[in-house]
Amino acid sequence: MTQLPSSTDRKMGLVIDLDTCVGCHACVISCKGWNTENYGAPLSDQDAYGADPSGTFLNRVHSYEVRPAEGPAQLIHFPKSCLHCEDAPCVTVCPTGASYKRVEDGIVLVNESDCIGCGLCAWSCPYGARELDQAEGVMKKCTLCVDRIYNENLPEVDRVPSCVRTCPAGARHFGDLGDPESDVSKLVAEREGMDLMPEMGTKPVNKYLPPRPKDQIEDQIDILAPLLAPVAEEPKGFLGWLDKTLEKL
Amino acid sequence: MHPAPSVIIFTTLSGLGFGLLFFLGLGMPDVSGWVAFVFFVIAYGLSVGGLMASTFHLGHPERALKAFTQWRSSWLSREGWCAVIALLVMGLYAIGLVFFGQRWGFFGLIGAGFALATVFTTSMIYTQLKTIPRWNMKLTPAMFLSFSLAGGSLLAGQTSLAVPLLLAAAFVQAFYWWLGDKAFATSGTDLGTATGLGARGAVRAFEPPHTGTNYLLREFVFVVGRKHAEKLRIIAFVLAFMVPVLLLVLPFSHFFAALAVLSHLAGVAVSRWLFFAQAEHVVGLYYGKR
Repeated sequence: MTQLPSSTDRKMGLVIDLDTCVGCHACVISCKGWNTENYGAPLSDQDAYGADPSGTFLNRVHSYEVRPAEGPAQLIHFPKSCLHCEDAPCVTVCPTGASYKRVEDGIVLVNESDCIGCGLCAWSCPYGARELDQAEGVMKKCTLCVDRIYNENLPEVDRVPSCVRTCPAGARHFGDLGDPESDVSKLVAEREGMDLMPEMGTKPVNKYLPPRPKDQIEDQIDILAPLLAPVAEEPKGFLGWLDKTLEKL
Repeated sequence: MHPAPSVIIFTTLSGLGFGLLFFLGLGMPDVSGWVAFVFFVIAYGLSVGGLMASTFHLGHPERALKAFTQWRSSWLSREGWCAVIALLVMGLYAIGLVFFGQRWGFFGLIGAGFALATVFTTSMIYTQLKTIPRWNMKLTPAMFLSFSLAGGSLLAGQTSLAVPLLLAAAFVQAFYWWLGDKAFATSGTDLGTATGLGARGAVRAFEPPHTGTNYLLREFVFVVGRKHAEKLRIIAFVLAFMVPVLLLVLPFSHFFAALAVLSHLAGVAVSRWLFFAQAEHVVGLYYGKR
């Protein structure tokens, strides 16, 4: 079914804290590790050890520089994966019904045995969340680790997406964003979590917590700084002569 | 967008083929027997050939039949249905003309309608994508339909119709380029909205997620052809519209007519190449590219 459900029972998703993310790419690696050997086709690499390596990833970390009108520039690490949109264009464009959004938890998945690999869903996604696996010829995307979060064979602490479990900075949170009382919803409310490209009308479930404003340096904070001021402003001796001579030329 | 040869061949040839089927369905020209046979072979060769080409870029072409299931939501699925219905109904119509010398006008009318619907649904596959502002315009279906009608009338030998239709298509093409060049800027999407950080200051892509390339960059961030875009636009415009119109205005000869068709075909192919090569997907913003 490529028609979207009118509503989902829950809205499972991620909350990504741009203030906390240190850009270590651990989530990228753990995602690739888990998802290449579990749900669906493996995430293949092409020319992995050659001159032009590339491969399928479900999660990638960008880094952006933000220069405010005043104050210092800020570097922001920016993990990006499927946002499990409420109004997911990738689902409705699918001609075969392979791409679908689950009614019970809102997770957007691909039924790989129905996927013809036309790529139209990747075309329709503004976030670059879908990649056509070059070895398998089917579309791969974040499953929110659907094979972990309900998996009773795993210890309870591990029943979260691999990226969330791995993040050493605690920058990734997982939960039901449809429940206003959930921890993730409270976090989004408190930190004014935002949507990416809201103008696309996709209504992403995943939210991003904006970086907190940086401290402003008002006074000299280094008590040694006055002592470190340059003492010899004017060169003397040979350098002084050289300086004057060059000046004259 | 990566200008895949399969989609360029598909949209160019099928557009022309379904355009010809449209005019044949309306009885223009009113042919039967062997002449009709040749016309239908050309029309089917182009439309079916184009459709076959479109399956080359699929990861799993053997599952293509599954694409007929989601006609309620997917334009790609609707296109499949329209194409099959058009080809089947026009097949019956062709049998009447070729073998029985009978013009079953009802089938012709239905087939003509579905032939145009096929071109329209093809155009909607591109038009629906908000992620590609240059395609996400009402003018995109107008361009596909006007090209198909102009090419179809040219192939069908409807000289008096072909000249105004070619001129109309030329006008739509020029307007499409003019609007398309502004589409990305007016869409309101930039790296600021893509990252949600725009309100804090000027956002710049500092470091990409990886040093190599990936599927997204190969498929959506195609910049090679843009350098020569202006020249290619002139070539496309001259070949697709101006040369055919000039050849049609001259006293009629079969050689000139054939030349007009070939010139138009080449021009439309160049225009379609530009349609893909110049289309910028918003995902490029995340990589600091467009």
